[in-house]
Amino acid sequence: MLRKLTGVLLAIAAAFAVGGIALHRHEPINALWIITAAICIYLLGYRFYAAWIAARVLQVDPTRATPAERLNNGRDFVPTHRAIVFGHHFAAIAGPGPLVGPTLAAQFGYLPGTLWILVGAVFGGCVQDMTILLLSTRRDGRSLGQMARDEFGPFGGFAALIGTLLIMVILCAVLSLVIVNVMKHSPWASSTVFATIPAAIIVGLYLRVWRPGRVLEGTVLGVALVLGALVGGGWLDHQPQLRVLFDYSALALAGFVVVYGFLAAILPVWLLLAPRDYLSTFLKLGTVILLAIAIVITHPQIKMPAITPFVDGTGPLFGGKVFPFVFITIACGAISGFHALIASGTSPKLISNEADVRLVGYGSMALESFVAIMALIAATLLDPGVFFAINAGTGVVGATPELAVHTISGWGFPVTVEQMRALAHAMGEQTLFARTGGAPSLAVGMASIFGSTFGQGLLALWYHFAIMFEAVFLLATLDAGTRVGRFMVQDLLGRAWEPLGRTSWYPSVLFSSAVIVGAWGYFLYVGVIDPNGGVNILWPLFGISNQMLAAIALSIATGILVKSGRARYALVTLVPLGWLAIVTTTAAWQKITSADVHIGLFAAANDLAAKLAAGALAPERAAVAPQLIFNQRLDAWLAMVFTAILWFVILDMVRISVRRLRGQAVPGSSEAPYRATRMKTLILGGAS
Amino acid sequence: MRELRAFWRILWCWIRRLSGDDAFERYCAHERACHPGVAPMERGEFYAHEQRRKWSGVSRCC
Repeated sequence: MLRKLTGVLLAIAAAFAVGGIALHRHEPINALWIITAAICIYLLGYRFYAAWIAARVLQVDPTRATPAERLNNGRDFVPTHRAIVFGHHFAAIAGPGPLVGPTLAAQFGYLPGTLWILVGAVFGGCVQDMTILLLSTRRDGRSLGQMARDEFGPFGGFAALIGTLLIMVILCAVLSLVIVNVMKHSPWASSTVFATIPAAIIVGLYLRVWRPGRVLEGTVLGVALVLGALVGGGWLDHQPQLRVLFDYSALALAGFVVVYGFLAAILPVWLLLAPRDYLSTFLKLGTVILLAIAIVITHPQIKMPAITPFVDGTGPLFGGKVFPFVFITIACGAISGFHALIASGTSPKLISNEADVRLVGYGSMALESFVAIMALIAATLLDPGVFFAINAGTGVVGATPELAVHTISGWGFPVTVEQMRALAHAMGEQTLFARTGGAPSLAVGMASIFGSTFGQGLLALWYHFAIMFEAVFLLATLDAGTRVGRFMVQDLLGRAWEPLGRTSWYPSVLFSSAVIVGAWGYFLYVGVIDPNGGVNILWPLFGISNQMLAAIALSIATGILVKSGRARYALVTLVPLGWLAIVTTTAAWQKITSADVHIGLFAAANDLAAKLAAGALAPERAAVAPQLIFNQRLDAWLAMVFTAILWFVILDMVRISVRRLRGQAVPGSSEAPYRATRMKTLILGGAS
Repeated sequence: MRELRAFWRILWCWIRRLSGDDAFERYCAHERACHPGVAPMERGEFYAHEQRRKWSGVSRCC
């Protein structure tokens, strides 16, 4: 009775909040409306939709022994309390994606992004994560690729491997580009981010040599070091002789990041990668909680309009209409295929009872989606003129501050050079113009929220705290992505020549690390020399690849549901799959065929080639034009490859499903046989 | 006061478990229970081994 009552109350609150958003269309809206609507919608989705899916569609069975119980080895297979698995799973899925995507999508206004984040998560992302988590739990924690191979055949598995490798390259490229844009010509940011490397190494030595495995002590030490570096960076920024040592161009920083990525891939994990991850997880959780508290306390007004004129496709951050590009730009936070790799990785080996998949799978994704909502709020509470001045590349708005404010004010979003100068000064930076990539404008938004909650005087410190938090976060994902990419390259090369597949053979380690770092380093280099910022091309490509992976995961889920005789419930995964297929294919189609140079990659390449041939380019642009032309054509081909993989997997799923429905032979189920659980309920804080 | 202490004990247990601070103790307990004759790994060795295993697959997301 009480449960029903809370459900009804939630529904009423959600209706009020959504109604509030709808009625405030032509006046500033308070962020609390969005926060309230979001929380109520997640709780409703969790309370009703997730419960229904768990009971009817997935047929979760609390009496069934999980792999953690059956294969318990005290290390990776360990029955774990659901709150702990939730924490691990959330820490693993929450990356920089939900911070960057919503910030970029804010160019359409706050409404399209908010709606897609909420609807996409409740009906897409959360469902995908929970379903894959259960399917993998039923299959002894097998990976997505293995499940594809077992249930569909070798083709599905190979497609998943190639798709994952490509997404890894694009992901690392776009993240490193965001980092470079954060640090370029900012001695404070650069010195702080550089200092996190020795800090991580000190923590690594502490945890391996001095006090083995004392993770909490090491993390506290590391956080103290990093915060010290943050304050030290502020001091260094005021020393004229020292600050020039950390004042680098984007190209030089790109070189550093590539060398760093290579070292992180070949050094032992305990030295750099693992300690950085401890720091990043700690900072991530702390900052997200702090941000949520600060937003509730300050409840800022959203200054961005609900919908901007840029929904017509002329946006300065990236080209393309609101459909399909808002759905591509915001992948993480609404639905992210990458999560399927985590949900079929470590998490299913920890689940102590099948009933926990609802909290771990659905719940973690809802929380991640909430992080995306907060990022969207932080981006849209800035004056729109300021937002566009920070995020638009010089190629779009003009190279000088005067030209930029003229262009942006001309769009109907007034901003002045003085305003930008005062803002940059308050944030402790030389300039904030053309800091593309989303991270700097998010940092300005976060700094203003933190500033008005915890004291305006420290605005510059808060800005660089946010920058450092984002950079640590981005680098942790870059390290992990590069390393996983290296293993995948070794896996592929090992099929051609066996010694190359040995993960501990040093020549193979060096070679495959160079291949993967070279691949993302190339995209990083082109992004850096691109006057439009590079993110405008790379981020949509990343979105397309991530949605392709989500479609592969949903195809596997749909195929398994049909194979196990639950075809009438398959709509639960088929509808999000269909939507993603439409969105991804439309976006890829437009990126390939559009004649508009802001959208079509071939069109942009041909346009630039024509200008180059006619001698219409300034000398410095003519020098880099051939590389940009080649890159745009390459990106178009990549978009085609992603779409092809997507449709091959979907058709493979349809083939298997049709055969099953006609009663023909299909590959058998790889589900582990039923065994009754003998475990008592785990109690946290008890002896377990 | 006693409730406060009990609450803190549970919270501390939570934090240690989440961060992996107690991984070695849990490993030793498991080894004692399931493989009593075999000597478990040293603390440092176990830590390095676990880090290698953890970072051989996809364990962080975008």
